[in-house]
Amino acid sequence: MNKKRLGLASLALPAMIAMLLIMPVEASAGAGEDKTGAAPAEVKIDNFSFGPQTLTVPVGTTVTWTNRDDIPHTIVSTNGVFKSKVRDTGESFSYTFTKAGTYTYFCSVHPKMTGKIVVQ
Amino acid sequence: MTDKEHDLIDQPLQDLNNDGIDRRGFLKCMAWAGTGLLWTLHGGVPAAQAFSSDTARAAKKGGDFSFVQISDSHMGFNKSANPDVVATLRAAIDKINSLAAPPDFLLHTGDISHLSKPEQFDTVDQVLRGASAKDIFLVPGEHDVLDDSGKSYLERYGKNTQGAGWYSFEKKGVHFMGLVNVMNLKSGGLGSLGGEQLEWIEKDVKHLSSSTPIVVFAHIPLWSVYPEWGWGTDDSAQALGYLKKFGSVTVLNGHIHQIMQKVEGNVTFHSAMSTAFPQPQPGKADSPGPMKVPAEQLGSLLGITDVDYVRGHHSLAVVDSTLA
Repeated sequence: MNKKRLGLASLALPAMIAMLLIMPVEASAGAGEDKTGAAPAEVKIDNFSFGPQTLTVPVGTTVTWTNRDDIPHTIVSTNGVFKSKVRDTGESFSYTFTKAGTYTYFCSVHPKMTGKIVVQ
Repeated sequence: MTDKEHDLIDQPLQDLNNDGIDRRGFLKCMAWAGTGLLWTLHGGVPAAQAFSSDTARAAKKGGDFSFVQISDSHMGFNKSANPDVVATLRAAIDKINSLAAPPDFLLHTGDISHLSKPEQFDTVDQVLRGASAKDIFLVPGEHDVLDDSGKSYLERYGKNTQGAGWYSFEKKGVHFMGLVNVMNLKSGGLGSLGGEQLEWIEKDVKHLSSSTPIVVFAHIPLWSVYPEWGWGTDDSAQALGYLKKFGSVTVLNGHIHQIMQKVEGNVTFHSAMSTAFPQPQPGKADSPGPMKVPAEQLGSLLGITDVDYVRGHHSLAVVDSTLA
């Protein structure tokens, strides 16, 4: 019987358990820029329309609109929550949704272009 | 002629089909020949005749005048539908300067710039200085009021205007009204004049005699061209209601980058070509964006509109001509 080895073994197990408890929290906090762990979401602007027109995302998501059209557009919420500067071809606008709800928006230059983000 | 030229010429002219003249055939011949088409309105009945330099000279006798409308120069646009909008604007000025009867002034019905940038407005101002006509009256398009609620537009062109830039003026007894229908647009809506401007319109024409010819110019069409694409104005009916008493009302618009005309009682609606790029006919494409055509055809889809006032007819003759 080796008294020293028994001593080390008895320390190792509690240490391992403690590390297992700590690791998951640190891992998720370290993944990507989004601290809450929600994956980024995209809306493509093309042919005078937002695609997808309705996008459903979890709370904490950053939605990025990218203009792939050959005409400038804007992204403006209908109740003053967000408002982009004008975005020409290739330019983007992002907004992080921290509260659940339904956010309708439109292009203030071409108001027939409308869209919706549903945050759950 | 190519299909595109056929399409442009087959404009909806149903209102005018009752007088025995085959307009479709007439329009095709005129455009093919490269001449302009002169529309005159006598007592509310439109009549077409070939535009010749004699007609132009006749229009310039004392008390008469003419002006040219250009539209949608989109200075700053550089995509494939037209990589050089400066060149096509210059070609439009050359066209104006070569008219048999030099115009007394110019009207620009908006989308002067593409992104409301100061350097874009500067370039248009510079190019327009090359025109024989030195007086220029403008109204903004939606591309001229991006980001700053029209602040840069008003700083430059807002002198003697009210609200978002509307105003009126007289020329030889004809009453001109420049309207702004591109501000405070609502989600899902069309162009909008707004309550303040409508009140101003009512007051502005209240004391004019009904024989005063009226010319209204605004960017987005004041009639319902194609609502699905935003080609119309939500509250234009109210504005037109204030103009009901007048015997001659001519409405000049831009925004749709193609010629469209409609006559309703005493009101003639007319939209101009762009000097920058063409757009598809209503419903003929997924969206109303810039329409790319072979380079050699571009000039035939861009152009200017010459308008002649012949006194005594209380009517205005509207002549469109392409750049090439």
